[in-house]
Amino acid sequence: MDKKKINELKKIATRVRKHIIEETYHAGAGHPGGSLSCTDILTVLYFHEMRVDPKNPHWKDRDRFVLSKGHCAPALYGVLAERGFFPVEDLVGFRSADSYLEGHPSMKMVPGVDMSTGSLGQGISAAVGMAMMGKLDKADYRVYAILGDGEIQEGQVWEALMAAAHYKLDNLVAFLDYNGLQIDGKITEVMSPEPVEEKFRAFGWKVLKIDAHDYEQIIDALNQAREIKGMPVMIIAKSIKGKGVSFMENSVSWHGTPPKKEHRDQAIAELDEYLAKLEVE
Amino acid sequence: MEQKIATREAYGNALAEFGSDPRIVVVDADLSKSTKTESFKKKYPDRFFNMGIAEGNMMAVAAGMATCGKIVFASSFAIFAALRACEQVRNSICYPALNVKIGATHAGISVGEDGASHQAIEDIAIMRSFPNMVVLSPADAVETKYAVKAAIDHEGPVYIRLGRLAVPVLFDEKDYKFELGKGITMVEGNDLTIIATGLMLQYALEASKRLAEEGISARVINIHTIKPIDRDLIVKAARETGAIVTVEEHTVMGGLGSAVAEVLVQNYPVPTRIIGIQDKFGKSGKPDRLLEMYGLTTENIVAKSLEVLKMKKQA
Repeated sequence: MDKKKINELKKIATRVRKHIIEETYHAGAGHPGGSLSCTDILTVLYFHEMRVDPKNPHWKDRDRFVLSKGHCAPALYGVLAERGFFPVEDLVGFRSADSYLEGHPSMKMVPGVDMSTGSLGQGISAAVGMAMMGKLDKADYRVYAILGDGEIQEGQVWEALMAAAHYKLDNLVAFLDYNGLQIDGKITEVMSPEPVEEKFRAFGWKVLKIDAHDYEQIIDALNQAREIKGMPVMIIAKSIKGKGVSFMENSVSWHGTPPKKEHRDQAIAELDEYLAKLEVE
Repeated sequence: MEQKIATREAYGNALAEFGSDPRIVVVDADLSKSTKTESFKKKYPDRFFNMGIAEGNMMAVAAGMATCGKIVFASSFAIFAALRACEQVRNSICYPALNVKIGATHAGISVGEDGASHQAIEDIAIMRSFPNMVVLSPADAVETKYAVKAAIDHEGPVYIRLGRLAVPVLFDEKDYKFELGKGITMVEGNDLTIIATGLMLQYALEASKRLAEEGISARVINIHTIKPIDRDLIVKAARETGAIVTVEEHTVMGGLGSAVAEVLVQNYPVPTRIIGIQDKFGKSGKPDRLLEMYGLTTENIVAKSLEVLKMKKQA
């Protein structure tokens, strides 16, 4: 993977992180922490991996994406806007009554959203349904999903994982955004899902492990996933909640708290500084 | 002897008959022999998927399938389809208005011996409260076939309420017409109107005969589409007959009776009685015995008809 391309992806991701801050700041609501932790994965998916056409969001041969952890809509909207599905200027309307940018992803309202999500555990099931139809229709599109690590406490996730392995969905790739924190605290303290790797394996999935913020690792894992036949692939992506904004990193208090003016200014300054660094690299 | 067919049986046959449409996909949760989706599975095995005993997952999988341009029939017992998977139906199917048809069998107390845990008596109330959802409740095998056809032709979520018990075939296929959202006047009458749905229609028809013997002219309306309800037909009946009795195999809270009452109180209030299950769970027993125990009988319809007539005269 050439350095120039990775630098380009990092710049996009940094702009998306700025969008996440602005969206949640203007809304006075939303989930910055988990949005920042899955930003790099989303950026690679929409700017490197997936076959999509922003001018034709319902194109039937497109690759599909489901944000099963739907509360991280600010990251998805930021990426979709950067990719050209709708104007970047619209992002500040996030969560307002006069905007189409619904608090959780809505496929009826937001161009580029393939499935309405928000109620945890359901998105992965919908992704399974999409992958099953890809198989039935002998279509070559692929289906991607991002699960939260707290989300896998939902029993339905395991029903979906069981079904995906049963139907040998090698056209389905799920990421576990493993930032270790949920609203009430550390996932291992609230309700430990460990050992996750063994559980995914036991449910019939091929498991890969990566650093969620390392572009070469994300891209490598996606390349490997394309070669795996007869089973779905789970990429356990060790991430940092609040990644990219110093005072939000690894802090559970930024799960569902929007930044106030001073936080927003500091976060934007930090991200601008990083962006400037990427420009000269 | 009159022919009796369970509506679940007619549902399975209809899926097999209309299944030649390649957009149709059927999912079930380990009950295909009971829900009769097995009939489709035998004919179109490639488009049938067993999702195991995991109804919540099945509904959201069905939603994902529908986003790929499929017409997805998802089947289980009503208690699991409408109640266990209630939130999946709301958030993954109704909210994005996806093309999923829920074939919910074993509705009501006529499930019989399995008892209260398996008798959905709240499903109409729950399903009709979801925006975008259409709720169908066919009365016999012929109506079920055309309800399935209407569900296929309708773009968006549909809940089809079906029964386990074999029930009399009331309609002649030659002159039967199913129009989504339109009730069917079965018997003309001027003194009162009996509005029935599902298997209670046969008892409503029987009650109108008994009333006729006493010189009372009871109109009978069959409501196969509980949502959207046929407002015009109900208001017309209220205006022309001045008294209404509703009959359903469902709790009296939120079902057909409530839907009719919502129309009446806002348009043309008349003396009304709602016959259904009175805020209690079902129980094990033979279906006919249970219907009798819970007041879902011809006799009760006659009694409530006389009550509304008395109220109408006093008004």
